[in-house]
Amino acid sequence: MEEPYSLEVDGSTIAGNAEPDTALLWLLREHGRTGTRYGCGAGLCGACTVWMDGVPTHSCDTPAWSATGRTITTVQGLAESGPHPVQRALIDHQAGQCGYCLSGIVMRAAALVDEYGSSLQEEQVREALEGHLCRCGAHPRMIAAILQAASEQS
Amino acid sequence: MTPSLQDNPLLSQWLEFHTDGTVTALTGKSELGQGVATALAQIVADELGIPLDRVRMQAPSTDRSPNEGFTAGSLSIQHSGTALQSAARAARHLLEEAARGRGVDPLETIGEVNLDVPVASVTVAADTTLPSRDIGRSVPRRDLDAKVLGEPAFIHDMRLPGMKFCRVIRPPYRGAHLVEVPDATGLPGDSTVIRDGSFLAVVASLERHAIAAHAMLVERCRWEGEAPELEDAHLTAFLLSAPTEDTVLVESEILEAPGSADALTFSAQYSRPFVAHASIGTACAIAQWTTDRLDVWSHTQGVYPLRKDIARALGVDIERVHVQHVEGSGCYGHNPADDVAYDAALVARHLPDVPIQVTWSREDELGWSPFGPAMCVTISATTDSAGTITSWRWDGYGNGHSSRPSTLPTPSLLAYASQADGQPIPPSQDPPLAAGQGTGRNALPAYDIPHVHAVAHRLTTMPMRASAMRSLGAYTNVFAIESHMDDMAHAHGIDPIDYRLRHLTDPRARRVIESVAELADWGVAVGDNSGRGIGFARYKNSGAWCAVIADIEAIDHIVVKHLWIAVDCGRVVNPDGVINQIEGGAIQAASWTLMEQVRFADGVVTSSDWETYPILRFPDVPPVATTIVSADDEPWLGSGEASSGPTAAALGNAVRAALGVRVRDLPLTAERIVVAMAE
Repeated sequence: MEEPYSLEVDGSTIAGNAEPDTALLWLLREHGRTGTRYGCGAGLCGACTVWMDGVPTHSCDTPAWSATGRTITTVQGLAESGPHPVQRALIDHQAGQCGYCLSGIVMRAAALVDEYGSSLQEEQVREALEGHLCRCGAHPRMIAAILQAASEQS
Repeated sequence: MTPSLQDNPLLSQWLEFHTDGTVTALTGKSELGQGVATALAQIVADELGIPLDRVRMQAPSTDRSPNEGFTAGSLSIQHSGTALQSAARAARHLLEEAARGRGVDPLETIGEVNLDVPVASVTVAADTTLPSRDIGRSVPRRDLDAKVLGEPAFIHDMRLPGMKFCRVIRPPYRGAHLVEVPDATGLPGDSTVIRDGSFLAVVASLERHAIAAHAMLVERCRWEGEAPELEDAHLTAFLLSAPTEDTVLVESEILEAPGSADALTFSAQYSRPFVAHASIGTACAIAQWTTDRLDVWSHTQGVYPLRKDIARALGVDIERVHVQHVEGSGCYGHNPADDVAYDAALVARHLPDVPIQVTWSREDELGWSPFGPAMCVTISATTDSAGTITSWRWDGYGNGHSSRPSTLPTPSLLAYASQADGQPIPPSQDPPLAAGQGTGRNALPAYDIPHVHAVAHRLTTMPMRASAMRSLGAYTNVFAIESHMDDMAHAHGIDPIDYRLRHLTDPRARRVIESVAELADWGVAVGDNSGRGIGFARYKNSGAWCAVIADIEAIDHIVVKHLWIAVDCGRVVNPDGVINQIEGGAIQAASWTLMEQVRFADGVVTSSDWETYPILRFPDVPPVATTIVSADDEPWLGSGEASSGPTAAALGNAVRAALGVRVRDLPLTAERIVVAMAE
């Protein structure tokens, strides 16, 4: 049975009717947040990662009801007032090939850089990205870019 | 002349000049995340002598682009790059001729110049080449910023007015046909069920409704039929016993081992399982039927071959079918891009005027895609008492490496095998030797060996659908050849690098091996349970030279500590692009080699999620150091597939160095290593 929903996404409200267990991912994409990507639907690849109250979360297995009342930030919202340092560093390092995994990696890495700043270590980056799959093999560049973004923080 | 120019001779098929001073370069090669659109733009800008930002790249489309077949075989720069180079050079000549003596910018004469002339008919003096400004420079990729910023970048993000979303309900096992039309009552939203024979799909205005309806319909369908008996556990026996069509690639009188007591014969068998493309995004396409035309948007590797198979499968005039390339997730060969395009076309036929976007599920992506073929290789080689190789025999067994659209007697699109008037997909083929072969790709060692005999045994039955995946047979063949080389070096007490160099007169081959040895400081001591190995090949025996050294540590599984790579791909258009391709190819090959195998039984692929089909993750990805061996005066060669085979070989040889055990059946899992130790 569909019920009304109302979600705070990237500083505005999206609303409509949906089954309460509809995955957040599909509501985001329905409302123009196509930067958040479907990869597996089971929280196993990281491509759909967004922030809920600043915490990286898989939107593909987060039911809409549990996102109600939370502040959701997507990759598009992150870049709204100019690219995040992680995004700038990924471009600097040309850290990607097909780029499909990047939205999720950006969200995970941005949270990491925001939290640890210049104290961030390579092992932390590798561990934090453990749940993010990249098939093209651009991992070393991404790690280097994230560490560079971190080193430029206070 | 490049085949691209033979097939598309006119200058106007390659370049369009605009009054604002910009130029559109046309290509039949798809941007797959490999950066080809950027590299081709660099070539055009250089040859025209105009700033790079004035060159626009047109994505391939059957309405406008030159027909260059597939974006495959590491040939995009060789074929499309060379064609665009010639076209741009010819255009510059014609424009300069028109402007001569008039004191105007040659580009301003564009309205006066007829570009509907064969490129080959324009004679350009050899000494008029401009100095390179963009070729050889690491220009940033044109497509990457949007992907980092989460802007619409992929076909999945495309939204056409009135577009509906679709999911396809695949059979529960291979060989099943639909016997009961499911009850469509109670499906969410405006879900509509489309059936054509055993092809079943659901369409809805909202994507989440199509997904929910798909889940409900899966429960309601009834299927019957015979599943193929093959299972992954019995793969090698199957490969060696199934009916084949044999092709002798090279024939030689095979020498018996010389009579002296210390001469040796080395015989061994190698294998790899089926391997999945496993892109992070799933296949997606959009199709729309209007009164007189079918439009298809697709992340295909070949818009023209896809168009041909769609027209064949639907039984419509090919001129009515229009295919436009739009980027998708990573593409490493014949993945389901073409299949999903046909899914969309088939569904759209039932719903005139409505654009239909079909996206595959993760389970179908890992379960129903064509796989990189399983292979079994036997090698028997002889050496004289000094270790010099005197003869070499190779036999390769497996399905052909291409069932790409338009290459088989009947359409090779997945849904065509399910639709009411469809036919099963025929067994895959191998390209001819001149085009690089498939099973036999890199079957012939690059080493100087007086007697080589090689026979490809292509299976004429195909219980699991197989097709092209990055480097085709070269991956397994280079793994086998280089494992064999190491074992022979070891038996003769010769350093593996010295042993290779003794059998190589090709200076460019020697140079990449010497370069990587220097880069990695070959000979340095490694720790306990650790080992170092080398792998080398010249891709397709006609492409780039590449050598890889790997350091591994054997804990409870094999951990790659470091990869060093040297590559010679001739003149380099974009050095950073080459390094990205070489490193990416190596990391992907490390993943295949260490952990990947498609699991299946009774017609069902059971490795259909990321837990059952694991790939290499961030904590296990090694640092990679790559050096480009400079060869700027030589023709350019592709780099996308050069590192795959050498990486596999370096890892296998490093495992042997660490543990003293030769593992010949991939992947190099703890389980396989234990089996090899027991033998």
